[in-house]
Order: sequence, then structure tokens, then C-alpha cells
Amino acid sequence: MTATVTASVTPVPADGMLLPVPDDDGAPFWAYAAKGELRVQACRDCGARRFPPRPCCPRCRSFEDEWQRVSGRGRVWSYVVAHPPLLPSYAALAPYDVAVVELVEDPAIRLVGNLVAAPDAPLGSVDAARLRIGAPVRAVFCTLGEGDERVTVPRWMLERP
Amino acid sequence: MKDATAIVGIGQTPFAKRLDESEKSLACRAILGALEDAGIAPSEVDGLASYTMEETDEVEVAKAIGAGDVTFFSQVGYGGGGSCATVAHLVGAIATGQATVGVAWRSRKRGSGTRPWGNAAAQLPTPAQWTRPFGLLRPADEIGMLARRYMHEYGATRDHLFNVALACRNRANQNPAAMMYERPLTREMYMTARWISEPLCLFDNCLETDGALACVLVSADRARDCRRRPVYVHAAAQGLPAQHHGMVNYWNDDPLRGPAWTAAQQLWKHADLGPADVDVAQIYDAFTVLVPLSLEGYGFCGRGEGAAFTEGGALESGGRLPLNTAGGGLSEAYVHGFNLITEGVRQLRGTSTAQVPDASTCLVTAGECVPTSALLLRS
Ligand SMILES: [Zn+2]
Repeated sequence: MTATVTASVTPVPADGMLLPVPDDDGAPFWAYAAKGELRVQACRDCGARRFPPRPCCPRCRSFEDEWQRVSGRGRVWSYVVAHPPLLPSYAALAPYDVAVVELVEDPAIRLVGNLVAAPDAPLGSVDAARLRIGAPVRAVFCTLGEGDERVTVPRWMLERP
Repeated sequence: MKDATAIVGIGQTPFAKRLDESEKSLACRAILGALEDAGIAPSEVDGLASYTMEETDEVEVAKAIGAGDVTFFSQVGYGGGGSCATVAHLVGAIATGQATVGVAWRSRKRGSGTRPWGNAAAQLPTPAQWTRPFGLLRPADEIGMLARRYMHEYGATRDHLFNVALACRNRANQNPAAMMYERPLTREMYMTARWISEPLCLFDNCLETDGALACVLVSADRARDCRRRPVYVHAAAQGLPAQHHGMVNYWNDDPLRGPAWTAAQQLWKHADLGPADVDVAQIYDAFTVLVPLSLEGYGFCGRGEGAAFTEGGALESGGRLPLNTAGGGLSEAYVHGFNLITEGVRQLRGTSTAQVPDASTCLVTAGECVPTSALLLRS
């Protein structure tokens, strides 16, 4: 079962935010994210999921992989609230949260991301006092930047804001 | 390699937010100071070891100090995780006859120079693509994430982290060379300090320092003829655990079981001593939370008990485990942990400014939460 994901319609200017620089192993993750799909790499032979992506399976050493779609539902594993000194574009948004979210399908698969009030809301748009380890969250997508720089990143919204 | 080599010289520059000399000059001053301390001529140096992040390479150092023919040189990666490994590599080289006089050093202008995380263009594809876009920019953010999870799982509190900061600060207040020599810390100051990355505040973070340090190693046989009382390397180890990710160790089954556990297993396996025999410890403290994690990893307490271990003045002079007796990275100087090695040597010479009476064994550790290393020193 795949939960509905929400993608922001118009790109948000990157405004000096760092955009992901994918490597060969990570490129499929970002390509699927651009389509509003959250997928993780898994071994085609033994089925083990792995993150971050890498060329071969650390369990059975197979080089055959597939990208499994996941529900986008997860739980907050931990989080920080960042305060300056920061890069200028991030300092302008501080304090903002950064969370590690574990996926319900596989708690050992954890994604770093931001908890936001809406898919295209800025970093720091959720009151940090609302955050708890274990809080259920769901993935949304936001497209940042313009032209060739455009990239879609997953973000997270609290299931019970 | 047990007790086969000894540290016979240590040297350092002043520590400050800003020093005028270049990193290369500071490196040379620290190295020449260590050789002078040992009573060994620079022309005898034939082994060199430092960090991959060290800007002054072996060629420059050897030329400047007037070293002879160098037959062993090595650099260790992973920032502060490599501190003890620089010495460990020289131990191996000297014990196997690849070198006879080894110098390890670190020179860094982190106080007046740039912050590494401030260079956005330098972000690496892996694993930065999974963290930087979300504003997880600095080491304090990456370790803050583990700190909150640790506090959640084991009931650690900010008071426990304060215990670490306070012990380091108290020892720095006894050490005229420490950047925080005349700057006492109170609980009130800690609890009202500005945040850097919640749950870590200003005083959970190490200093930003310009400075350099070095040490000289020779065989145990030769050490007996040197100027200073030898400090033997009883055991040395490196540790890169299965499925570990440096700094952002979020992607395995047990993220809070860090490289300290792997290095510790190797260290104690090759030692005649155990954690209970350690008189004084120099534990890498780029962040306060690394200390409870390391106390667990190196076996001073059980899993999840590192925070509670800090209670009741355990880390202070006269406590269960006097710690970072020159002030550590939190309050003496942050030079990627090399000042912990030199302070370990001073404790076993009996010359520390916060001397533990009759100390004969000292554990020195490198950075936890990155591929790491450790030394067990004895007199
Ligand atoms: Zn497999």
C-alpha cells in the first residue's frame, strides 16, 4: 500500500540552500524523488534494503539491485534544532529542526530531513516544542531551485500536528 | 608490540584563538620542541606520521627541521579519529625496524582560520547529499542528533553533559597553558548558555584553537638512554566497526555503539591491563557527549551507564576516573586531540598541572563517532 504523497506545485527558490549533489549510487533516489516517489535501494537477490545506496549488497554481495517504493510513513528517530553560526541562507531560517526519520517498513532505514508545516513551507515552520522522538510522520516533496538546478527533496510532516 | 616503544619527547606551541605564525612554522616549532625535550637531534628523525587533514606534509617538515633520510611516513584519516593512530603507526614502524626515531604531530589554525563546514562548495557527494541539503551542516548538528537519541534511550540529562564540561574546565583552571585557564565555569553559565544545536549548547562544544603539538617515539631500548622518563606504549588500536558511517552514524542497527567499542576490544586484547587498572584517562572531547559514549565503549561502565558514571565528581581529581587533566578539547585547546596524548605523557612523567598521585597507566582516546584509535600508556 502506498500512501499519497504531496508535491509542491511550483519550485521554491533555492535561496542559497545547499542542493544535493548526487553520486552514481544515489542518483536513482533523487530521480524517483523528482516524480514524488520515495524509494530505497534493495538487493534483488536477497531482498535486504540498504541506505545510503552502494554498489553491492553487504549481506550477499550481489550487484543486482532494485528501488523499492515505500509508504513514506515513518517515525522521528532523533532531531536537533540548529542555531547560528550557520551558513547565511540557513542562519536566516534558524532556529530550524533537522530530524532523522526511521521508515515504518524498515526501522534501520533512516532518512535525514526537515519537519515542515506544509510541503513548500520553509525550514523551521514547525514549532520545535511539538517535536518528539517517536512522533509519526509522513513524507512530502518539495522542489527547490530552478532550471538545471531543480531538485526535489523529501520532507516530513507530523501525522498529528 | 607491547611496551616495545616509548614516547620520549613532547612539544607544543602556545594555544590561542589567533597565532600569527603559519601552520608550517607552528608545526616545526612543536616538532623541534619535542626533539629537544627528548634530547634527540632532528637529523636522526626517520619516521613521520600525521593526519590526512594536516596541511604541512612530510616533505615540508623534513626539509625544515633538517631530518635525515626518512624511511617511514604515514597519514591517518578521519580528523580527530586519527590522533592516537599517528602514534600507533610509528609504534608499528619502529617495532618492525622501518624507522628508529619517529615524530607524530598536528598543527592547526582552527581558531583564526576558516570553519571547515563554512565551505559549502566543498560538500562531498557521499554522504553529504543525504544530510547537507536539510541543514545538517556542522559537526555539532551531526553529533547533536546522536546526543538526543542517547539522552532519550538512557535517561542522560544536560546535567550529565555539564559534569563533563565542568571536569575539563576545572582542570584547565589549573593549567596555565590552557585557553580557559582563567575562565571558571558554573552550572548557571552552562544552563543559560546559547544553543548551538539543541540539545548541545556552547559549552558542549570544543574550543577553536590555533596551535601545534608533537611527540617523539623510539624503541624501548633506546628510550632508557633518553633525557626524560620513558612513557611506554603498552597497547594501541584503531577501530572502524562494521557498517559504520563517520559522524552521521544513523544507518545501521545500533548507531550508539560507535568505533570506541571496536578499538577497545582490540586494545584490551593486547594489554596486560583492563579498564579497572587505568589511573587517569584522556578522552576525546570535541563534544561533551562523546565522553559518556567513550566511557561505555572502553569498558569503564556498562552500556547506557556512561552518563550516570559522570555523577558524584567521578571525572574530577580524586574521582573514580580523573579525566582530561589539562582541560581537553573543551577547555585546554582543540588541536584534533593531540593535546590529550601529550597530557597522557605528562601524567606518567609526574609533571601534569593536575597530577594524579602515582599515576602509572593512562588511556588516551581519539575521536568517537568517527573511525577512531586509542593508546594505553604506562610508565
Ligand atoms: Zn543481498
